[in-house]
Amino acid sequence: MNVIEKNIGLNDPLTVYGVALSSRLLLGTARYPSPQVMCDAVRASGAGVVTVSLRRESAHGNMGEAFVSLISGLGVRVLPNTAGCHTAKQAITTAMMARELFDTNWIKLEVIANDDTLQPDLFGLVEAAEVLISEGFDVFPYTTEDLSVAERLVGLGCQVLMPWGAPIGTGRGLANRYALRTMRNYFPDTALVIDAGVGAPSHACAAMEMGYDAVLLNTAVAKAGDPVAMASAFAKAIDAGRTGFKSGLMERRDMAAPSTPVAGTPFFNVGSDTPSKS
Amino acid sequence: MIVIVNGRSVETGAGSLAALVSDLHPDAGRVATAVNGRFVRAGERSETGISNGDQIEIVSARQGG
Repeated sequence: MNVIEKNIGLNDPLTVYGVALSSRLLLGTARYPSPQVMCDAVRASGAGVVTVSLRRESAHGNMGEAFVSLISGLGVRVLPNTAGCHTAKQAITTAMMARELFDTNWIKLEVIANDDTLQPDLFGLVEAAEVLISEGFDVFPYTTEDLSVAERLVGLGCQVLMPWGAPIGTGRGLANRYALRTMRNYFPDTALVIDAGVGAPSHACAAMEMGYDAVLLNTAVAKAGDPVAMASAFAKAIDAGRTGFKSGLMERRDMAAPSTPVAGTPFFNVGSDTPSKS
Repeated sequence: MIVIVNGRSVETGAGSLAALVSDLHPDAGRVATAVNGRFVRAGERSETGISNGDQIEIVSARQGG
């Protein structure tokens, strides 16, 4: 067991839908320079969950089986997504197909409103979540910081919320920390996972320091100069942020407070007009 | 008849969805299917007929974020 596993895993698991996860980093499997680099990055990250998708199989092709073979060797749990779906119906049908293909009730639910921003269609998201939950799915909704939508999703039965940090693939980090902090405070008992927009380990660390339960990312690792090293960096950052949060961050101040004791400071009051008593 | 498979027109004489999948993807392993936007379980493909103009999706596992 390496240091990261020791710090994160057994002593501080994240439980979602009854499953205890040893890592608070969920990692995507797309956009890597090669399948081997993807596998090496997943191993270096320590992630216990990876996201996957469904795509059209070419005639007489066999790409799906090749990918399944690759992933099965990693010993991780898969979280299929509905990426690319623009309507609730598309997302529902895709989820049904994903469940059969991957043999899991877990679904990362994405209903996309705009192809430039890839922002969630919150109306379609709620509609699809309601149907899928009634069909026995464990829904991981990709959403925004909107509290009313979050309330609807939790009310429907979502045990986890996945608000974006910033638009998918932008690497801009936590665009609206105020709203994310508000969401954390508003849903103290719901697992919150930052999903999308993370670009640097410091972003992931900040999310964890804020009290978020996990971070899901893909491009920040896949498109790094060294994806394997970056995967390790993210794992360490998430551990650092989580440990920082649990340790209790100091209170922020507007004015300075000396960290060195004032009492006994030499030359204190020397040169003042008040004569010292002998 | 002509059906639309994964966005492309395909001429087929397949009598069922299962036969169509077998014709087009004999070595594909696990695939999932939908006809006209409706999911069709693997076990139901043999009983699922296809008609001229049907929109059929045949998908498999892939990388994803």
